[in-house]
Amino acid sequence: MSVDQETVAKIASLARIRVDEDQQVALAGELSNILEWIELLNELETEGVRPLTSVVEMTAPQRDDVVTDGDRVDDIIANAPDPANSFFAVPKVVE
Amino acid sequence: MSEITRLSLSQARDRLQAGELSSKELTEEMIAAVTAARPLNAFITETPERALEMAQASDARRAAGEEVGVLEGLPIAIKDLFCTQGVLTTAGSHILDGFHPTYESTVTANLWRAGAVMLGKTNLDEFAMGSSNMTSYYGNVINPWRRRDDDTPLVPGGSSGGSAAAVAARCAFGATGTDTGGSIRQPGAFAGIVGMKPTYGRCSRWGVVAFASSLDQAGPMTRTVRDAAIMLEAMAGYDPKDSTSVNRPVPSYEAAMTGDIRGLKVGIPKEYRVEGMPEAIEALWHQGMEWLKAAGAQPVDISLPHTKYALPTYYIVAPAEASSNLARYDGVRYGLRVPADSLDEMYEMTRGEGFGAEVKRRVLIGTYVLSAGYYDAYYNKARRVRTLIAQDFAKAFEEVDVILTPTAPSAAFGMGEKMDDPVAMYLNDVFTVPASLAGLPGISVPGGLSPEGLPLGLQLITGAFEEEKLFRAAGVLETAAGFEALPKFLAGE
Amino acid sequence: MTESATATAPSDSTSSHSTTGHLVKGKTGPWEVVIGLEVHAQVVSHSKLFSGAATAFGAEPNAQVSLVDAAMPGMLPVLNRVAVEQAVKTGLGLNARINLHSVFERKNYFYADLPQGYQISQYLQPIVGEGYIDLDLPDGETRRVEIERLHLEQDAGKSIHDQHPSKSYIDLNRSGVILMEIVSKPDMRTGEEAAAYLRKLRSILRYLGTCDGNMEQGSLRADVNLSVRRPGEALGTRTETKNLNSLRFIQQAVEAETKRQIDLLEKGGQVVQETRLFDGATGKSRSMRSKEEAHDYRYFPDPDLLPLDLDQGWVDEIKAALPELPDAKKARFEDAFGLSAYNAGILVAEKETADYFEALIAIAAEGAKRPKEEVAVKCGNWVTGELFGALNKAGLTIDESPLSAEALAGLIKLELDGTLSGRIAKEVFFAMWDTGKPAEAIVEEKGLKQISDTGALEAIVDDIVAQNPEQTEQYRGGNQKVLGWFVGQIMKATKGQANPGVVNKILRAKLDAD
Repeated sequence: MSVDQETVAKIASLARIRVDEDQQVALAGELSNILEWIELLNELETEGVRPLTSVVEMTAPQRDDVVTDGDRVDDIIANAPDPANSFFAVPKVVE
Repeated sequence: MSEITRLSLSQARDRLQAGELSSKELTEEMIAAVTAARPLNAFITETPERALEMAQASDARRAAGEEVGVLEGLPIAIKDLFCTQGVLTTAGSHILDGFHPTYESTVTANLWRAGAVMLGKTNLDEFAMGSSNMTSYYGNVINPWRRRDDDTPLVPGGSSGGSAAAVAARCAFGATGTDTGGSIRQPGAFAGIVGMKPTYGRCSRWGVVAFASSLDQAGPMTRTVRDAAIMLEAMAGYDPKDSTSVNRPVPSYEAAMTGDIRGLKVGIPKEYRVEGMPEAIEALWHQGMEWLKAAGAQPVDISLPHTKYALPTYYIVAPAEASSNLARYDGVRYGLRVPADSLDEMYEMTRGEGFGAEVKRRVLIGTYVLSAGYYDAYYNKARRVRTLIAQDFAKAFEEVDVILTPTAPSAAFGMGEKMDDPVAMYLNDVFTVPASLAGLPGISVPGGLSPEGLPLGLQLITGAFEEEKLFRAAGVLETAAGFEALPKFLAGE
Repeated sequence: MTESATATAPSDSTSSHSTTGHLVKGKTGPWEVVIGLEVHAQVVSHSKLFSGAATAFGAEPNAQVSLVDAAMPGMLPVLNRVAVEQAVKTGLGLNARINLHSVFERKNYFYADLPQGYQISQYLQPIVGEGYIDLDLPDGETRRVEIERLHLEQDAGKSIHDQHPSKSYIDLNRSGVILMEIVSKPDMRTGEEAAAYLRKLRSILRYLGTCDGNMEQGSLRADVNLSVRRPGEALGTRTETKNLNSLRFIQQAVEAETKRQIDLLEKGGQVVQETRLFDGATGKSRSMRSKEEAHDYRYFPDPDLLPLDLDQGWVDEIKAALPELPDAKKARFEDAFGLSAYNAGILVAEKETADYFEALIAIAAEGAKRPKEEVAVKCGNWVTGELFGALNKAGLTIDESPLSAEALAGLIKLELDGTLSGRIAKEVFFAMWDTGKPAEAIVEEKGLKQISDTGALEAIVDDIVAQNPEQTEQYRGGNQKVLGWFVGQIMKATKGQANPGVVNKILRAKLDAD
């Protein structure tokens, strides 16, 4: 599968990464090469093989329903680029 | 001064225990070595004050007769992927500009509890994505090794290249690494040190900046196998904060190193004989088997038939997970923010500027393989092949105890080499990725030198949670190899 | 394939996609409206789905946020046991299949109040599969609405837009709170049905104690999926109207969207599949185009969480411990207590009402030393009659009732043992409501005790009969109606306290004998 510039623009937008147009062209080539190489897998028959999610073969551990965290606003916003009182501020969102 | 920094971690420990040295003395020597090693760019952040405080506290504990940890008073370096409370944590990325965690990763907390002293945070490929340490926002790391009669600077491997270089250059007794597809073992091999990746689930991932969650695993990088065993003992353990952490006791790995491997069955997978592999690596691999045989082990030819599919599988699974794991770097709560008028524009500018080329490449690949219409063809296909790869190993370990392979298909290469072709770069991990996909422990032990005088590593792999067996075999291999060569650059010498 | 435990086999009802005669008249002919609901119910829990931060409503901004909720680098989710229990409990309450194997997946999208850049949810393998709810419609009919699935997911944070001219403020207190998303099949045809569905679902959740059902605080919110079609034709294009947090809004939204789609189609236009936002103030909805672009969530199993495997034995234990649910309770009220279907329906609709009623009959039966079934109908009438009337007038819920079940039982006991007549009892009820005093005290204070003493009443009857010879003659002449007049006179003379039964008996004896 080769990807074109338009596809690069689309996935870059999905991933919220600004990619300039000249970079889009270069990336289309690079990504196409990688995908072509990845497609080696297609020669393998995998019908009926269970997809692996985790190598750890156990059920999800469950914790007790007790409040053990929170009440640490200072920690939460300590690294915020634009803290506003106890909030994180971002450019206005129009819904 | 070099006498102290040239000690192995276990030797330094013994000297501390014997009261011949104080942690403060050790640490001062190492701080000086860290300073002297600056040309290697192995550290992003040096923490000499904190190191001295920790050393003095350790000496005080020892003086007070308190119970001391397995790493008591020993200065080590931390890959800058581990969150360290109050200390800049960057993941080698611009996007984490100025990020000072308010928390300590479980692994580093375990290390400090065991008495270790922090020298600083080591350089790495951005978000641990790379095999050369060329992708760090903080500049590349230089391998302390040089080819014979050739001053071309070489890469230390990656992604734990800073840790590898620091340990090889003798400016830390050990360092933490993380390994997703070979990021501990490959730089270990390139820098002539021991790099050990434990079983997935053995070390907590809590507080380690995530690259690919189903693969990431922390491990030790040291000069000797014994050092790695000691360090892993401190790092490992069940952590209820990590749902993939496995609740089983941590044995004494050092005690497991009995030197007795009589009857051990060593698998030699035929699929690891790849085309174009240097003869010296092939020869070392053969030699490695001879060493183990001489110690009473028994070679067994085995087959891991899906080996050649491991890299493409890895380069679907890891980017897919990474594309999602890295979504949190959005300029809202920490790190870099590039101001913009709209939220989406802010996201795009911040992430466009904050991520480097390789990270972007992988996030885009990951986004693509998960997107509608491609999910089954790529992502699910890769997950199925991953099952087949894990089954290969499971079958092999019905027959053998350990598997012996080369660690990497080449010795350290020059900076800028392989940079034009991402796929060529990805091939560095051809021998390390399969075990990562299966979640198995692996260790790279320096075995010898290439004709150009560069270190080459041998990798041992065992079944899940068989680290004791792994260290035992690795110790024998190390003794037989008797690797004593030193890099050209030694800190402070 | 997933393993499954069959709780109660889902019905083979063919209600999906069938017409039911609820058609809407358009200018060009009749239309059928097809409605499905996606309900987000906040699970009752102390801590969040994947972190130990608290979930209480109304905390200071970012005070109930852990490092996990803020998606700090390297933070990892750990599943809350109670979330699993509550989801299973709810699934069983909805007569649904419990999936013993389920998987948490990441739903990837960027939004200001979504710190991880993905929501952890369940997608291909939810914890609960198909089930159903039976609705009681006003005409007495029962209507089955099938449930498609129930899954667990994280709530998002909150964006506050009105504090700064050019910025939005993000509060992550809700981030990671446990939600159950309950998805119905497109089985509803009218706004009333949609509202009835949500009312019944809310009631079941509250009986189970898995969601407090508080719509004002956002503990329960619904998205309406709606399309229209010509009767018998294939499903039309649907829209999703988001975040409806009251029953009234759901009905309004259904009506408005039905009209909008029909108008559009009749003008030759086409319905666009989109998300719409309802505005309660205007009763209208508008397109949320921002949510539409790049609609590719790239779901994949969360590698930080392992698949969830449940034990059938554990599910069975939860099932055995389920509380009685409204349908079963209603049937019991009718069968065991002889309540009318109507009264039983009212009494079970809200858990608090049913609890009040059950407490009331228990105390009243004990006080009157009679079996519950003999007092239940009277108790039911009191609750659905005077008590509800007074509560409605005062704008109070049954929890806020100034009259406890004990107090009301005290009154009913006096009525049952003949101390008070029905009419006086009502008077006492209002006095109790106003003063908060127990029934006995009010009766004592006001001297309202019913006169059942035959001797005392005979004297009064004698007097009245003696004073009214004319009426006595009329009665004896065959005019039976005069008896009522005599009773009225006696009640007047006793200020209504005479026991009407006793008065009747004495009066007849007196008039017939002489």
